[in-house]
Amino acid sequence: MNAQIVRLFGLIVVLFGLLIVWTTRWTVIDASALNSNPLNSRALIAQLRVKRGRILAADGTVLARSVPAGGGTFSRSYSQGSLFAQPVGYADVREGSAAGLERSRGPELRGLSTGLTSIFGPLGGQQVGDDVDTSLDPRAQAVAREGLAGRPGSVVALDPRTGAVLAMYSDPSYDDNRPKAPCSDACQLDRATQGRYPPGSTFKIVTATAAIDSGRYTPSSVVDGRSPVTISGVPLANDNDQPFGDIDLTTALTYSVNTVWAQVAVALGTPTMTSYMRRFGFYATPPIDLPPGEVRSSYPVSSQGRAYPPGSPNEDIGRIAIGQGGLEVTPLQMAMVASAVANGGRLMRPHLMTRAIDQDGRTVKTVTPTLYHQVMQRSTAQQVAQMMEKVVDEGTGTPAQLGSGIPFAGKTGTASVGPTGEGLTQPWFIGFAPIDDPQVAIAVTIERSEGGFGGTVAAPIAKSVVQTLLAEGK
Amino acid sequence: MSARNRELFALVPASLLVTAGFTGVFIQRSNVLSNVSLTYGAIFLALCLATHLFIRFTLRHADPYMFPLAAVLASFGVVMVYRIDATEARQQAQWFVLGLLLFGATIIFFRDYRRLERYRYIIVLVSLALLVLPRLPHVGYAANGAYLGVRLPGGIVFQPTEFSKIGLVIFLASYLRDTRQVMVMGARRILGVTLPPLKHFGPVLVIWGVAMVILVALHDVGSSLMFYGALLAILYVATARLSFVVVGLAAFALGAWFLGTHVAHITGRFESWLHPFQYRLYHAPLGSYQLANGIFAQAAGGLFGQGFGQSVLTIPGTHPVAYLLPAPETDMIYAVITNEVGLFGATAVLIAYLLFVYRGLKAAALARDSFSKLLATGLAAVFGLQVFVIVGGVTRVIPLTGVTLPFISYGGASIVANFVLLALLLLVSDRARRPS
Repeated sequence: MNAQIVRLFGLIVVLFGLLIVWTTRWTVIDASALNSNPLNSRALIAQLRVKRGRILAADGTVLARSVPAGGGTFSRSYSQGSLFAQPVGYADVREGSAAGLERSRGPELRGLSTGLTSIFGPLGGQQVGDDVDTSLDPRAQAVAREGLAGRPGSVVALDPRTGAVLAMYSDPSYDDNRPKAPCSDACQLDRATQGRYPPGSTFKIVTATAAIDSGRYTPSSVVDGRSPVTISGVPLANDNDQPFGDIDLTTALTYSVNTVWAQVAVALGTPTMTSYMRRFGFYATPPIDLPPGEVRSSYPVSSQGRAYPPGSPNEDIGRIAIGQGGLEVTPLQMAMVASAVANGGRLMRPHLMTRAIDQDGRTVKTVTPTLYHQVMQRSTAQQVAQMMEKVVDEGTGTPAQLGSGIPFAGKTGTASVGPTGEGLTQPWFIGFAPIDDPQVAIAVTIERSEGGFGGTVAAPIAKSVVQTLLAEGK
Repeated sequence: MSARNRELFALVPASLLVTAGFTGVFIQRSNVLSNVSLTYGAIFLALCLATHLFIRFTLRHADPYMFPLAAVLASFGVVMVYRIDATEARQQAQWFVLGLLLFGATIIFFRDYRRLERYRYIIVLVSLALLVLPRLPHVGYAANGAYLGVRLPGGIVFQPTEFSKIGLVIFLASYLRDTRQVMVMGARRILGVTLPPLKHFGPVLVIWGVAMVILVALHDVGSSLMFYGALLAILYVATARLSFVVVGLAAFALGAWFLGTHVAHITGRFESWLHPFQYRLYHAPLGSYQLANGIFAQAAGGLFGQGFGQSVLTIPGTHPVAYLLPAPETDMIYAVITNEVGLFGATAVLIAYLLFVYRGLKAAALARDSFSKLLATGLAAVFGLQVFVIVGGVTRVIPLTGVTLPFISYGGASIVANFVLLALLLLVSDRARRPS
């Protein structure tokens, strides 16, 4: 009988071998497919049990934190709500949806940024994420909201030296504690990074930079400012069809003379203009730490709404030079334009997060200021800055004057939008201060204003936000 | 080193495991290392030592590895059940003590276990009666469409099939010891298939038929597979005729096909086995939810597992608590094990079971008389098949049916019955290894 017993044991060994093979199949071979099976709620539950880190403003104000939601799970609470909802976003783990920093900085907030945490995670019990420090300034945010006063529009302030975002507020906003609540006018669209607006005359900063940095013009080069001139076969006029005669470029910027800048751009040619636009960051998605789908690049589009390939001969470069001609930009992009000039031509990579700090207070990640593009020579930047100073001192931007002897470099813009005759405008102001030691670069715009001008509508908002930030020693 | 000293040393891993396991669970629970974990370890060690001394005095020659293997598995089981439900773990520990008492009683009263042969018809009738109990009104208890348990006073649910399996093995071993010779001699070939003479095979067939009918009535395919496999194993070892096994398997396949197409509960199990991740079956009542989530739990375990006490068993924030993994302490405990200690830990558990079966069959091989050989073979085979049926069900090798994972799953009858099974194997082994 012993031979049969041996064979019986052989059969049992085979059966147990099958068990081990099948266990291997589930735990190793098919594991990743099973972990992502739509019926599998384990990953989601694991996420719910992670105590995500907090998101903090520059002054330590808690913008987002985890609160216990029963059963060892957590949900997110946003004490500042709509004031920071656009950049902070939300994380609704149960619904599997997230936006803003909550999404883009998810790895840090979940505590996956450091290898040590994930290795010892299983032994350490509760998984706790890292806190994310941002450069956002709550008072500047509040002043921006006050300034917009419920009008759709956007305010973006950057530290030109580092690229840190100091303020990023858009109206309308939404309550990120209830991201699914219905709201009107695309309230969840972060207009600061996704708004598509004609920049109007603020774009003349780009044209001026191209003119001077290419060596073809100086601030005192003289151009005929008559009105109208024919650009791309169509007459182009100054505001109120006002003729200026022979004026230098500084004066042409101070009084925002369309015909001068259109002629300059035509003389520079599309390739030169396109090259400088690329250096300022146009045609590319700004490398800010927000989810890729929430940041849009800025570029000209045809009247049918199609994007021109960069440098296309079909572009109306004369009108693009004054911020029309189908050019569509985001407020963030225009803040980057001001920031590049402010920082001696060095455009820094914009970022919201400054540091990630683990639960024991150790800094586990620091975002170091990084050069994004060397846009222009330092001398060009100085000359453009002086021209912009004149705009605020005596030109279209006088409502932005900061007083107390702080020099403010700026540029207004008033693009006409909507059907002709309705008088709808897109007022803009971009600028930076103080000129000798720039600490704040800003872009402000209002959507579909009823006849407002950059100088009268946008410049006062920029002024109060910049004053707030400078008062705090930014 | 003597057999008993080897047994003593082999107990060290068991006590280390239970202490380490409780420590792990406690650290996870409270981040404080409570001395309760050490107390549990000490009590467990004391019980093992007492049992060891008992074996030392009563069964001096018995296999030295079987009891330590059972102790390792049982200690692992107590830790796993504790991690799932502390109250159930305390009950499990009480059953463990009762199991050890019954283990001692078996060894004392059936020291000459061949006396069992005298009562074989009583034993088989009692075993069959035990099988019927769950179907009776008032005492029966149905779970997931199968009549598996008996409700005892005090709300305790008892699975009598766990004892039936031992009784049926004793009967078959005894009956085939008597008839195996004639069965082979009188065999004739019908249509090219060798069949035993009906006269002697009859009683075995009757047992098979009655067991099948009862199991059809009880809807308990897992136990049916286990019993039937043990029957074929004993038959094969007794007669050395593979043809009997082939015929037996064919008969079982026919029965399985009939059940699979005619009993809704079994049809559902079968469909869930084939398509566990089908949306409709996943959400159907008694559908593939449990099986699919068992597999998801194993997938999340990976190579090394998520650690003791880390497995997610319930859906957070549900009142009353909804199980992500239903029946984690009984049917699905293997999935919890794989989830927490990974492929490596699960494989180690399976190897411990395989070693137990190996030592059981070794006792059978060493035994000097046919009854002892067949008894040990049957007990080892039924034990191994039970592991295969439940682990195979959880890992989707075969359709999932509810039997317990011996020594590990929560369940009083299972723990107690398996200690009786261990006692019988040790008795056979002691006699076999005793110098003549």
